[in-house]
Amino acid sequence: MNALALATRGLDKSFGSLVVARDIELKLPQGERYALIGPNGAGKTTLINLMTGMLKPDGGHIFLGEKDITALKPEERVKCGLVRTFQINTLFPHLSALEAVTLTVCERRGYARSWWRKLPAYGDAVEEAHAILVSLRLAASCYRPTRELAYGQQRLLEIALALATKPKVLLLDEPAAGVPQGESAELFSVISDLSRDIAVLFIEHDMNVVFRFAHRIIVMVGGRILVEGTPREIAADVRVRDVYLGGTRHG
Amino acid sequence: MTPSTLSEPQRHLEAQIRWQPVELAFWLATLLPFVFAPNYLVLASQIAITALFALSLDLILGYAGIVSLGHAAYFGFGSYTAGLIAKWGWGEPLTGLAAAAVAAGVLGYATSFIIARFRHLALIMITLGLGLLLAEAANSAGWLTGGADGLQGVRMWKLFGAFQFDLYGTTAYTYSLTILFLAFLLARRLINSPFGLALRGIRENAVRMPAIGAPSPAHIRKIYTIAAVMAGVAGGLLAQTTETVSLETLGFARSADVLVILILGGAGRLYGGLVGAIIYMVARDQFSGINPQYWYFWIGTLLIAVVLFLPNGVLGGLTRLMRLVRSAA
Repeated sequence: MNALALATRGLDKSFGSLVVARDIELKLPQGERYALIGPNGAGKTTLINLMTGMLKPDGGHIFLGEKDITALKPEERVKCGLVRTFQINTLFPHLSALEAVTLTVCERRGYARSWWRKLPAYGDAVEEAHAILVSLRLAASCYRPTRELAYGQQRLLEIALALATKPKVLLLDEPAAGVPQGESAELFSVISDLSRDIAVLFIEHDMNVVFRFAHRIIVMVGGRILVEGTPREIAADVRVRDVYLGGTRHG
Repeated sequence: MTPSTLSEPQRHLEAQIRWQPVELAFWLATLLPFVFAPNYLVLASQIAITALFALSLDLILGYAGIVSLGHAAYFGFGSYTAGLIAKWGWGEPLTGLAAAAVAAGVLGYATSFIIARFRHLALIMITLGLGLLLAEAANSAGWLTGGADGLQGVRMWKLFGAFQFDLYGTTAYTYSLTILFLAFLLARRLINSPFGLALRGIRENAVRMPAIGAPSPAHIRKIYTIAAVMAGVAGGLLAQTTETVSLETLGFARSADVLVILILGGAGRLYGGLVGAIIYMVARDQFSGINPQYWYFWIGTLLIAVVLFLPNGVLGGLTRLMRLVRSAA
């Protein structure tokens, strides 16, 4: 196993009496593609919110590489290389795709503080942003406002924004949510083509996609990690089948 | 950098921010009062000052999405600063204006730490509260501010030692218009910069900003301070050109008026506050000539009509009209 890119130790979170994360021990090695699966309400998105700092854990620690990032703000974690996308499009409706990605690049390069030179003068940032859009096949519509883009293109833009931060670890919250099944494979091929320097953890409900693209699978139920293993192991696991097919205990 | 060395995406971004002929026409038109309405230069000067104040609100409301109902705090603070300095014997306009800018900026920076932590309704209440606090403080500090009687004894020296602030407002309008234009150039550069793009990002989606590594609170503190400086300069101009300062410069009505002006003209368009100020001030002048007591009735009607039929303000409506004309042609 490679060195760990992301790890959590004893992560806990509850909302009143509702436990959404209990003693989460997650280990994501460098360059791997992990899937996070589980029934609705299992705490998958909550775990992403905890790891990216959008929620404060009640207890436990989060490590990015060797570094304890538990106390960092969300934007500081992004600067360290821990980046997420959103299940529901969380974009900038009136900015063009090019502007949105350029903004992200400018933030990373530290240009976003400067207000005395105009944006087109930062040619390196604009070029980098455009190259990212080209690589995700968004170049043709990159001058249009985000809200006018087709839904599938907006899902790609979600990923483009994340890539523009130069992540070490990418957490994708249902990247293909709402995308027709035929197109979701295309979207995931984009994800599997990502540089192997990036570790990826993705939440996904379509088991065909999960088994095809994930090196390992983590199954969450009721705020806990039930089991972790290779796709083959998970497919054969009785407890996992119980959760997905039995259905009565965990709804 | 010449256009030929720019890449295609750069050229596209460049085209969005290029000076339009209509902009040049607008600024040339601001010189018309000198020729065609020399009796209205005092009003024209007030309009330029109000436009500058509205422009400063546009920077925070129109670009960063920070709603404020207490923006007059910075206007009034600048006004009293400029007024007091002149009253105490230093009547030089430009340094007085610089002092107003610094004072309002310090106040803006101090309050920006509270502002950056809140959004939406909470922000409206906090800005409202800050505005009321300052207005009441000025009211009770009568020994300093003159209280409800206003600040008397403000005497300005000649501008550059040559141009007297006269009764006709020639110097006043020239002075206010020049400062407005310089502030506009600054604002225009600012919103077309990477920082300006980050502000639009905050307005468009404050949730996404931290997820792309953007320190929104730092951006907000910065633009809030800049807007406060600009509002302070507007207030300072009013004090200098009218040679008096009243409590009204800090009042809630002024905060509400400037919000109305900006929404009337169209927020987030840079020219919205300018166009709004012209419409509002001219309308007030005309309506109050017809019936001084009820002119707010007409302003109310105008505001409702604009919000109902032109949700993006007068400028938004004009833009839409232009597009319709172009697509029909």
